Amino acid sequence: MIKTDTLIIGAGPVGLFCVHQLGIIGLKCEVVDNLDKIGGQCIELYPDKPIYDIPAIPECTGKELTDNLIEQIKAFKINFHLNERVEEIKKVENKWITKTNKGTEFETSSIIIAAGVGSFEPRKFSTKEIKKYEGKQILYSIKDKAVFKDKSVCIFGGGDSALDWAIELSSTSKVTLVHRRDDFRGMQASINRVNQLKEEGKIKIYTKYQLDSVQGNKNLESIHIKHDDKSIKEIKTDYVLGFFGLIMQLGPILEWGLNLDKKTVPVNTENFETNKEGIFAIGDICSYPGKLKLILSGFHEGALAARGCFKYAKPDEKYRFEFTTSSKTVKDRLGVKE
Amino acid sequence: MAKVTFKTHDNNSHVVDIQNGLSVMEGAVQNDIPGIDADCGGGMACATCHVYVNEEWLDKLPNKEDGEEDMLDMAFEPKKNSRLSCQLIVTDELDGLVVNIPSQQS
Repeated sequence: MIKTDTLIIGAGPVGLFCVHQLGIIGLKCEVVDNLDKIGGQCIELYPDKPIYDIPAIPECTGKELTDNLIEQIKAFKINFHLNERVEEIKKVENKWITKTNKGTEFETSSIIIAAGVGSFEPRKFSTKEIKKYEGKQILYSIKDKAVFKDKSVCIFGGGDSALDWAIELSSTSKVTLVHRRDDFRGMQASINRVNQLKEEGKIKIYTKYQLDSVQGNKNLESIHIKHDDKSIKEIKTDYVLGFFGLIMQLGPILEWGLNLDKKTVPVNTENFETNKEGIFAIGDICSYPGKLKLILSGFHEGALAARGCFKYAKPDEKYRFEFTTSSKTVKDRLGVKE
Repeated sequence: MAKVTFKTHDNNSHVVDIQNGLSVMEGAVQNDIPGIDADCGGGMACATCHVYVNEEWLDKLPNKEDGEEDMLDMAFEPKKNSRLSCQLIVTDELDGLVVNIPSQQS
């Protein structure tokens, strides 16, 4: 059980700046994020796209913004729990106990949800009857590639993940690559390599096809794929891999007893607390009259939520407002040497 | 201004007026049309404002930018007449447009 002042759910820009705001007022926190890297949507959806509305930064990319935010909170030596999704929260006396899907447990006096539009999850096949094979023979990520040795593997998708795995597995498995159109959107070198492997007979490629149905009993035995012209082809396969990118889903947050408005959590605008005492929501996930889904609004929300956490973390102390320009205490916390 | 009809997968029709310059997605969100999630808010980064455009309208729409087809790879059950409604900017020419909303966005 990790005991600290606050748990932040979501390592996007808003969660990261909130770490800073907690840090300068002397509160400790840990951060959980379901992605394998820090930065949230900025890093997953638009790492290279320029952003033009961060105050005092005329132009920066999602990656640059993330890197700068990480630099800004370096002094606080924060533990990031990546690849982990918060599953359960419960209140025990005056503490919140939080548990992730990997079993990590936290005990904190407050929780700040900075989860954007939810956690990133793999997009799945929409075909019926696939449920019973998911996680066994139908997979959306690869943990141990050894299981595919000498097996037939059917890979769906047209991006880098699909291409990379098709190339990688072609040396040990019988690989079929299926994509809904002729164009692949991966790196040109990967596309060239895949085409070369096709020429050499090491990969079969079917384009303008999508998954139509799956057949099998206890085990998946074959699949049908359907061409744009409606014709059907049967492929016998041991494994089916789908690489359709990630989608954001609120997931377990829906189960925590928070008020919800569409896909957002209503908060008050004094300290961004939700209907649950000690649980705050900031950034894209929160809603209130006049809410703007801007990163800069999320920074403000984080600053106020951090102050809101103070009374739960230090009920016997009075919060004192200080400027970073003048406060020795704050500068010490930031590790500023004078 | 254009009248746009949104047909949901359970065959309900919603007709809304959308002013020129807005995207079909924005028109849907402003009018609470069910089934257009638009998680990324129009950044062409999520494919959750996916619609199927009625065949007769396909040629009249603005062409797809590079990234749109890539995002459609990730949409729920993409078809030849799939578009991201955030990329369909309304003009008078789109008056009468009919789009079908998929049974789900993810």
